[in-house]
Amino acid sequence: MTEIPHYRSALETPAIEFDHASFRVNGRALLQDLTLSVKQGETLVLLGRSGSGKTTTLKLINRLLLPTAGEVRVNGIRTSEWDSIRLRRSIGYVIQDGGLFPHFTVERNIALVPQIENWPRARVKARVRELLAIVGLNEDLALRYPSQLSGGQRQRIGVARALAADPPILILDEAFGALDPITRSEMQKEFRALQQRMRKAVIFVTHDLREALFLADRIALMEEGHLIVDLAAAEFSRSPDPLVRAYMEAFSGLPNPEKIEMGS
Amino acid sequence: MNFLQFMMANRQQVLDLTLEHITLAGGATLLAALVGIPLGILITRVPQLSKLVLGGANIIQTIPSLALFGFLIPAPWIGARASRLAILALVLYALLPLIRNTYAGIRSVDPGVVEAGRAMGLTDRQLLFQVELPLASGVIVAGVRIATVLSIGLATIAAAIGAGGLGEFIFRGLAMVNNNVILAGAVPAALLALFADFLLGRLERRLGSLHLKS
Repeated sequence: MTEIPHYRSALETPAIEFDHASFRVNGRALLQDLTLSVKQGETLVLLGRSGSGKTTTLKLINRLLLPTAGEVRVNGIRTSEWDSIRLRRSIGYVIQDGGLFPHFTVERNIALVPQIENWPRARVKARVRELLAIVGLNEDLALRYPSQLSGGQRQRIGVARALAADPPILILDEAFGALDPITRSEMQKEFRALQQRMRKAVIFVTHDLREALFLADRIALMEEGHLIVDLAAAEFSRSPDPLVRAYMEAFSGLPNPEKIEMGS
Repeated sequence: MNFLQFMMANRQQVLDLTLEHITLAGGATLLAALVGIPLGILITRVPQLSKLVLGGANIIQTIPSLALFGFLIPAPWIGARASRLAILALVLYALLPLIRNTYAGIRSVDPGVVEAGRAMGLTDRQLLFQVELPLASGVIVAGVRIATVLSIGLATIAAAIGAGGLGEFIFRGLAMVNNNVILAGAVPAALLALFADFLLGRLERRLGSLHLKS
């Protein structure tokens, strides 16, 4: 029974913690006093308008930026103490339109982190095939270039690339923002199913409330560098906060009989 | 005697001077690339230096070529041999297009792609060699192409300080007021420039479309 306390303490250390973290540049505060944490297996959606500090928050996690005040910890260790290369290789990062390397084939794009981590060639090959299957793509895309793919395919490759070395943390910045509505909704469903299996610590940035409600365990709403609310997804739509109300209203204008009745 | 007959009669000398010309221009471009490309990379890493380096290379380009050859004569070791001196002068001229294109090429790489690479844990070196340089290679080769053509043209002036090359014919022809002799230097030099331009242009297009296959 002696392992139990140890096991519990490991579970209790959140994968990602913001502890009164701020980031200012040239006297302008992009992020102010953010306190927030994400546990392993949890999906946190950062919701907010452009310029609200969402992307800054993500960049503080993988040490593309360091906080100017407060602390950001990954697996209990301050990002300033992490070796930045090691830290980044343990965090999968997905951006809009995939951010793929245009001069690499699909295979090389996906295999990038395993390759720089010197995995044996056969294992890299097998992993690429496995990942293509996970994101629902055919193996014969492996030798194509990103410019020969559709937007949806590129986005799937972007997800596959982020998952390549099986990082415990995944951060996604408007990952599905460039997709047409049908592909987008497909990707959301698949991503949710994938996360239910993978149980990674996920931070997903979006400005789309519907996407947030669909994917999130918790939603953190940001505005002008401040965290406004941090609520379980189910409670979010019932929050009396005026900014939350404004969001709910902005997204309820579409023909949805239930919402219209609620509004009257 | 017409131009072609003159060429045939002097074919051995035309060939020797052409080879000498290739050595001068090719050697200078190669040396300039060895200096210019790393300098171009350096100023993308230390942007504070970019004004100084690009400005310096720009100023060198404004010095009249004949004057530059003259300025360098008193230089130790370099000044001792006309060919060394000519190559140094040509290197100085070729630097600007090489530095500028390397700098512009790397700066034109999509910042989103570079940031994705950094966020995935590529080291600075990996980022440079696996992402930035391959994506900038088309623009860099365009710089090499400009530098090569420039050097082939300028190398004709090297004959003025006795460094040889096809300029020998041109200066001799001018002194003799003989068009055939001038053309015996000018035509091969022009053909050489066109040929180098064609070859490097093909390479440039191939590199530029590396990722645009569809």
